[in-house]
This record gives sequence, C-alpha cells and structure tokens, in this order.
Amino acid sequence: MSGIIGKKIGMTSIYDKNGKAVACTIVQAGPCVVTQVKNEETDGYKSIQLAFGDRKEKNTPKAIMGHMKKANSGPKSKMAEFKGFENPLNLGDTITVELFAEGEFVDVVGTSKGKGFQGVVKRHGFSGVGGNTHGQHDRQRAPGSIGASSFPSKVFKGMRMAGRTGGVRVKKTNLEIIKVIKDQNLLVVKGAVPGPKGSFVLVEK
Amino acid sequence: MDLIKIVENEFTAGKAFPEFNAGDTVTVHYKIKEGNKERIQQFQGVVLQRRNAGISASFTVRKVSNGVGVERIFPLFSPNIDKIEVNMRGKVRRARLFYLRELTGKKARIKEKRG
Repeated sequence: MSGIIGKKIGMTSIYDKNGKAVACTIVQAGPCVVTQVKNEETDGYKSIQLAFGDRKEKNTPKAIMGHMKKANSGPKSKMAEFKGFENPLNLGDTITVELFAEGEFVDVVGTSKGKGFQGVVKRHGFSGVGGNTHGQHDRQRAPGSIGASSFPSKVFKGMRMAGRTGGVRVKKTNLEIIKVIKDQNLLVVKGAVPGPKGSFVLVEK
Repeated sequence: MDLIKIVENEFTAGKAFPEFNAGDTVTVHYKIKEGNKERIQQFQGVVLQRRNAGISASFTVRKVSNGVGVERIFPLFSPNIDKIEVNMRGKVRRARLFYLRELTGKKARIKEKRG
C-alpha cells in the first residue's frame, strides 16, 4: 500500500453535482522525502520510509539529523513506512499529492482525539436506561449486569467496561478524494478523518 | 484557517452573484429535477437575512402566496441556483427582518432605497 504523510487542517463542506452539501476534510499532504529504502537483503522486507513536517535542527536528535542528512533533507518531525509504490524510489526522492487522483478511494490513519475516562455509553455505545428505572436512581448510564452467578463465578475477560477512551490509532477506510490542489499540497477527502486539527495522518492508497 | 479558505475558493470560484442584502426583493431561479427532466423555478420575495460566510453562505427569502407566508432558505453556492436577480433595493434598518413575519398588508411593505 503506497501512501503519503499529511497534516489534518480542518473540515468544511462543499456541494456535489446534485447540489447536496458534502462534509469533507482538508489534509495537507507532503511533500515527503524518502529517507530510507528498505530491501530484502539488508532488512528482510521491502518498504519505503517517508519523512514529513519541518522542525528545527536544535530540537532534533543528532541520530535523526544524521539519518536525514543521508537523504539530503532537513530535519523532519514525522516518519512512516509504506509499501508497494509503483515506481522504484531512491533515497532523497520527494513524493507529492500527485500520487493521488480525484475520485480515488483512500484509507486515512490517525490518532483519535483522547476523551479521558469514559463510561460504557460513550465508550462502547451501550444504550443506557432509556425510560423507566422502576424507582432505582443513578442508573441512567450504568452498564448493568456483567455476568452470571456461581457459574462461572468470574467476570469474563474482555468484558466491556468504562475506561480510557480515544487516543488510539484509527483507520478510516474508503474515503473518496474529492479534490487535489497541487500547488498548496492539499487533499480534500470526503467525510471525517481521525484526530484533532494539526495532527499527523497517513493517507494510504 | 487560510488553507480552508483556499479550498473553499476553489469551489466557489467562477460563481458571480449580484450584491444583495436583507430587505432587497430578489428572484431566485432554482433548478428542479423531476425524474430526468430539469426545469427552472422562480421564487420571488424579500430577503430576510443572509447567513454565514464562505462556501456555507445562505440566505432566506420570504414571499406571501395566497395569503400564506412562504420562506425558503437557499444555499448561496448551491449548483442548483441558476441565477439571482435583484428586483428592488429595500431601505431597512436592520440585518434580520424577522419582524416581517408578524406584519401583513400595508405594514409589511419595505421602502425602496433611492440613489
């Protein structure tokens, strides 16, 4: 799966041909530098490492600085590996939004917004008590029973309960590319993309 | 923020509308699809308000049809809007004319802006 690293800019809506308003996300993608070409002889598998997002040299570890210098690139803040580029790539090549065409479907990977410690209604979509509680109070959003009695005498592993929510890697699949704006390196993707504004996302083809 | 505007401009570019504001009387030529036939319907009335900026801008038009008040909200940049004609520039003192809903007959008139 070839792809590119980008930054989520924000959302807006546009009108399609039928006059329907479509929500879409703007991603500033690339240009990314190829900082490492992995092959079967030395690394055991084939892939391409891309880097994106400028950062200051004083904030960059020397090890990463040296890694970037091999590719004749300035210091970058985000690196990711991709497989399956059509054309063979060399160290120092750049990849731009021209990789994508309008109308294509892509997957977008990001880190979802952290939501803290949440109950089961928000975290797992439990329905809560919609109507009567038959006199019980403080039960509107409670999880209810978590298992049977003396058999099995335990709570099964993986029982869905309250806890830390969000802040995990999420992949949204099959998002249509509505527009590619080459001179600003922008992709307009239909629908929402995981993560807050300004966060890094991987756009995979 | 600027990058969002760049994208919005890509989609709004090439669309020109006459300038109009609340209080103006306009005719909106709106494309309607029936099956696979397309025709244009006109809606004439007073602009009650203009809302939002950029690509999400919309405006509300009110007319009184057979004694019943009818209001329609049009998205300004909808591809279904064929054209907008300004019939009269109205002289009003506010940007939202919701008070017109309460008025009928002679009181619901809006003076024409002159000069």
